[in-house]
Amino acid sequence: MIKQLSQRLLGPVTLVLLALTLWLGLWVTPPDKVQGNLVRLLYVHPAIAWVALYVSFGTAAIAGALYLWKRTRSELMDRIAYCAMEVSTVFIILTLITGSIWGRPTWGVWWAWDARLTSTAILGLFELAYLALRRANDDSDLRARRSAVFAIIAAINVPIIHFSVDWWNTLHQGASVFTEDGKITVHGSMLVTLFISLFAFTLLFFWLLRARYRLEVLRDEKYQSSLDEALAQRRREGVH
Amino acid sequence: MIRIALLVAGKDLRIERRSRVLLWQVLPFGVTGLLLCGLALGPTHAGHSSAAPGLFYLVMLLVALLMINRSQVIEGSVGTKTSIATLGLDPAGVFLGKALALAVELWLTAVVLLAGSVLFLHTALSGTVSALPSVVVILGALAAAGTLYGALSGGGQGPATLLPMLSLPAFAPLLIAGERSFSAALDHGSIWRWWVISLVALVAYLALGILLYGVLEES
Amino acid sequence: MSNASPVVELRDAVVMIGGFPLLSGVTLEMPPHSLTVVTGANGAGKTSLLRLLGGLVALTSGYGVVSGVDLKTGDLRDLRRRVGWLGHEGSFYDDLTAKENLTFAAKALERPVGEIPTVLERVGLAHRSSTPAKQLSAGQRRRLGLAWLLLRRPETWLLDEPYASLDDEGRTFFDQLIGDVVAGGAAVVVSAHDPLRSSSLTPRTLTLAGGLVVGDDA
Repeated sequence: MIKQLSQRLLGPVTLVLLALTLWLGLWVTPPDKVQGNLVRLLYVHPAIAWVALYVSFGTAAIAGALYLWKRTRSELMDRIAYCAMEVSTVFIILTLITGSIWGRPTWGVWWAWDARLTSTAILGLFELAYLALRRANDDSDLRARRSAVFAIIAAINVPIIHFSVDWWNTLHQGASVFTEDGKITVHGSMLVTLFISLFAFTLLFFWLLRARYRLEVLRDEKYQSSLDEALAQRRREGVH
Repeated sequence: MIRIALLVAGKDLRIERRSRVLLWQVLPFGVTGLLLCGLALGPTHAGHSSAAPGLFYLVMLLVALLMINRSQVIEGSVGTKTSIATLGLDPAGVFLGKALALAVELWLTAVVLLAGSVLFLHTALSGTVSALPSVVVILGALAAAGTLYGALSGGGQGPATLLPMLSLPAFAPLLIAGERSFSAALDHGSIWRWWVISLVALVAYLALGILLYGVLEES
Repeated sequence: MSNASPVVELRDAVVMIGGFPLLSGVTLEMPPHSLTVVTGANGAGKTSLLRLLGGLVALTSGYGVVSGVDLKTGDLRDLRRRVGWLGHEGSFYDDLTAKENLTFAAKALERPVGEIPTVLERVGLAHRSSTPAKQLSAGQRRRLGLAWLLLRRPETWLLDEPYASLDDEGRTFFDQLIGDVVAGGAAVVVSAHDPLRSSSLTPRTLTLAGGLVVGDDA
């Protein structure tokens, strides 16, 4: 019952939190003394990046690993991994777009070889590669295993890419919320709005994941019925 | 595992020695690539560019893609793969063997292309020689990663076009580490960070291959 | 049929690849020390059945146990080690010689490499041991495949259209070899378009159509 209730409430709560983020971000919080109104992207870009790089990608990698482990291998895990990776790809593209919008007035260019943008772009390519790999294999078990292996390899690559690009070049602003010694740099209503946005976009991811998962279940059911028909057709060949 | 690895590596290298694809096709491709880099830089910069280390590694990446594909093609037709499957070889050993053979081929290619880099792109000889240890490690990591990605892309639709898509994003940190360490070797700079990246990547890919190659073989 | 436990037990075995049912519900048993010929038209499922018995394709649904290994839950790598496969496509590393191919297999299985000359002699390829596999004729490649199996001595032999590319002498040699192998205790399954023409062997003949067994003279 709790599960059903939470599933029913997920959508409305997400919408309310997103609306709250929008209201707080656009009307309530003040502009920054240096960046002016550009700072309002603080309530969108970091949250989308957080979901793209950690929540959704992490979900896909963990579900992939659970698929490979015999005890937890199931179509559920494969579907979750695939759907999470698809949604993650959308979030990564949005991260790059919002990052470019923020960067244009700051750096003067739409794209700079900044460490975070570059590593995000590379991870985005990983995700596109994952989707290409899924499309290259018709057999469901083959597709599921290979995708799971690739998701794990991609997850292992996240810190390698992060550090290599970071040491290579850094234009991005440093820690935006916490300094290196743990002090908070964002204050008051801005900090509250930032955390609400993180929560709101995280719920948005799970809402989108659930919707995408349902679509995948319907697709699989349709595919299964076509398999049943193919099997019946094949058996008729044997009779005749 | 080690016994099978040496057996498989020996088999791959014997096939390569017999077919001479590396000698007559891959090496000329690599040298052509370096020449084209010089042309792309333009007459003013061709022999004086700080981009030389990066261009060397870029050409090595393209060579690696050819060799990874070749490593999979060596396994031959479905019939050959079926016969080999009935031997029940330890997949971790097969992975290590194929990665080792690929690494040897890449190291041999690198020696030729480093000489080419000195000749065409005018990288300093002493700096180029001191970059050798980092080249060995980075190409080792590339071989391990490439063997995994080769197995991932094999058997599906369009494996030759799928391989670059799967592997190039993963090769990016190796390209960065390679370019930075080669440049540092030329400028006598610090390269410890790039050693960390290279060694972590090498160990990670070896571990992933040993653990997961069997899953790919099953599929 | 003997009373020994069957080496192959399939019940409603279905194999699906890429959405197409290669086998659509095969039920059969095979005893050890047996020779079974699987016949049928192109696309009937002969090769697929052999690949299923060798653990080379996954069982999609139904029940299957081969050489004591459950096809759904068992270790298929273990099963593959126990079967020998002779396909109608090329089965070797083209750039390695006949002897090098066999040496690779022997070392992989930790068999003595000293047996290789004897095996090559038995299949009539001693004079071609240093020839790269790609330069052997189709019939010679088939003999090399047999040499591979003789070296391996598997419990189950799976031969996919082995008579293709063989002349009369080759067929006679083949029949003798199969007879020796069955007498030695192996289960041999041969796929062919037509029932075996040789009168020296008395196999059981299964007929496949549409991925099902539609005829069995057991």
